[in-house]
Amino acid sequence: MLGKTANGLFWMSRYLERAENTARLIETGQRIALTRLGPDDAEWASVLRSAGVLTAYQAHNDTLTRDAALNWMLRARENGSSILSCIEAARQNARLVRTAITGEVWEAINATYMTARELLSRKVSERDLPAVLRRIRQNTALVRGMVHGTMLRNEIYDFLRLGTFLERADNTARILDVKYYVLLPSVSAVGSSIDNVQWESILRSVSARGGFRMEYGAGAGPQEIAHFLILDRRMPRSLAFCVGKLKDNLRYLNTGARHPSEAQKRVDRLERGFLSHDVAAIFDYGLHEYIQDVLDRLSGIARQIEIDNRFYE
Amino acid sequence: MSETQPFDEMWGTGDTVRAPYRRFHDWFADEEPARLRAKQREAEELFRLTGITFNVYGKAEAEERLIPFDIIPRIISATEWHRLARGIEQRVRAINAFLHDIYHKQEIVKAGRLPLEMIARNEAFLPHMIGVTPPGGVYTHIVGIDLVRTGPGEFHVLEDNARTPSGVSYMLENRETMLQMFPELFSQNRVQPVQNYPVDLLRSLAASAPPECSGDPVVAVLTPGIYNSAYFEHAFLADQMGVALVEGHDLRVTDGRVAMRTTRGYRPIDVLYRRVDDDFLDPLNFNPDSALGVPGIMDVYRAGRITLANAPGTGIADDKAIYSYMPDIVEFYTGERPLLPNVPTWRCSEPEALAYVLDHLEELVVKEVHGSGGYGMLIGPAATRKDLDAFRRKLQARPGNYIAQPTLCLSTVPIFARAGLTPRHVDLRPFVLVSPGRVQVTPGGLTRVALRKGSLVVNSSQGGGTKDTWVLEE
Repeated sequence: MLGKTANGLFWMSRYLERAENTARLIETGQRIALTRLGPDDAEWASVLRSAGVLTAYQAHNDTLTRDAALNWMLRARENGSSILSCIEAARQNARLVRTAITGEVWEAINATYMTARELLSRKVSERDLPAVLRRIRQNTALVRGMVHGTMLRNEIYDFLRLGTFLERADNTARILDVKYYVLLPSVSAVGSSIDNVQWESILRSVSARGGFRMEYGAGAGPQEIAHFLILDRRMPRSLAFCVGKLKDNLRYLNTGARHPSEAQKRVDRLERGFLSHDVAAIFDYGLHEYIQDVLDRLSGIARQIEIDNRFYE
Repeated sequence: MSETQPFDEMWGTGDTVRAPYRRFHDWFADEEPARLRAKQREAEELFRLTGITFNVYGKAEAEERLIPFDIIPRIISATEWHRLARGIEQRVRAINAFLHDIYHKQEIVKAGRLPLEMIARNEAFLPHMIGVTPPGGVYTHIVGIDLVRTGPGEFHVLEDNARTPSGVSYMLENRETMLQMFPELFSQNRVQPVQNYPVDLLRSLAASAPPECSGDPVVAVLTPGIYNSAYFEHAFLADQMGVALVEGHDLRVTDGRVAMRTTRGYRPIDVLYRRVDDDFLDPLNFNPDSALGVPGIMDVYRAGRITLANAPGTGIADDKAIYSYMPDIVEFYTGERPLLPNVPTWRCSEPEALAYVLDHLEELVVKEVHGSGGYGMLIGPAATRKDLDAFRRKLQARPGNYIAQPTLCLSTVPIFARAGLTPRHVDLRPFVLVSPGRVQVTPGGLTRVALRKGSLVVNSSQGGGTKDTWVLEE
């Protein structure tokens, strides 16, 4: 496969995953704002930070308002990570790798793009927001379904999966990074209504409220949430799950080679150093420092994948 | 201004449906116009979803547009096609022989059939190709011959496309769309298939690989990139052939071969179907500013270690000044009378011709010798006095830059308009594959149609549309 093609596949799936994650973050923020349990603007700042776009937002806007924050994340051209920008970038990459993906996958991406262009051609009203976000999530899910259902399980598929899980691990880590303080056992009274809202917001951001309650019960608190998002291998957005997938896909790519690739070595180090302890050890290490370290290592792995596979000259 | 009645391919010049269209017409007569309109919209939706778009140059933001598709097919009988195919084959053989000759002994010049300056002073002549014989001796692996029709048996060659003819993806997608929209039509009419084109193309390219290549040749398609107007087609063909789609920066010359950067290192290429113009192919040998090409690729080519399809320097054969010599060229190399006539052409470089053209400008079509895509041409009968004056000055300033032809009364085929079937002018571009010892004409081609009433300009960049083209079986 061409290095350029691997690069295109990797970024196509990263951008799709990012668009979907941003949609989910917006839904969570909107829900919290509507139930009026948290302070409005502060919540939007944390949503922007979780989406990794707060600094850029501040560079382009003087004040933080709900409308401006929503617009920034939904459709701002200046924001390369807005949903619209992500979907356009995903499609651009899909055009670049058109020969590597099936017709069905291409059509699903193109349809996603046409839908997003139409839905996001003007400011989205509060009334339309839920339906718009729902359609975007449905569309990106359709692409994922087409990838799952029509693509050969070969190196093309491996690069798509690498992009998906790197982006997803990055997203989960950032959500934890922004909200880590509400998970610390020492801070405010456990079980206060503010905490409950914040915990709920974390779980909603990863579409896992129901699953968490089912597995951990109603009385579970911050330790369990941290465990769920970091170490639980059943949870498809946990760090351990995503890193496990990175490991698998890098191994498939390296089939037949005598030595592990550099990226494989990095993932092994990440897993050994950060995902083989219990959650108490993580809290001892310092949750914030832990997450920062994981984020650094994830971007190191992404760079190494580029180099190992000759994405660029 | 009155126009002579054009020949309509469905109705002839009277009111009886011509034979090839009979079954189609019976079907059409029973159809609800509302259903057909819905189908027309459905077809457009399909095109948009598949992403069969082209980028428009000269717009601030590169914009993707659909080429309008008309659901009424253009139908050609087996007998008509047989004659055309023979004429096309003859012409393509002559073009290849001509290219070999002018880059070697130039017998045609020595025989006095072509003036030397037509080659020596032609910008499309590529000195780098002198004495170079491409692998298998094939210059134009892929050719598109533009034909126009003026009567029942009267086809003329309007233009030869010997560099990188485009449009074949529309031929294939138009058929695919018709098959999905109106399967019943294909049960009622026996239409010759075009769908084998990608496989034929791959076989034809593979058969043209350098002699040193053993086993299955590695074939790739070279595109200028996603902003090129025909990018969709480049990706489409690479996809259909199952080969890599590469850009210049994916390639480099290493160990005397052209190789592509894969995730596992550099892999040599045997045959490159390049959709990049000669000028941009090799910054070391041609345009030094080109970011689209591969430094040193021409040296590998001259060493015979890669096949470029089409060969560099083929542009001289589809140059519009050379075009006027095509009847002589065909005769010189095949020893036969040309089966397909040219459109009569005045070479404005010749003083007598220029005088005639200046005198009759309002009746003629004037084209730039090196132009394409309908840009920079004058259609006399449709031009304003101002346009005519402006062109007159251009002609006097650089007569050698222009040729002129009579305004042909192009045939029409009906389109499906709001008012029902409405005649519009069409042309036809059949596609031809050439490999050592073999010329293959795909039965069908791209029919382009001028959507505006009375318009003779069918180019997609100028608002033309396309139709599915049927060649019926015997």
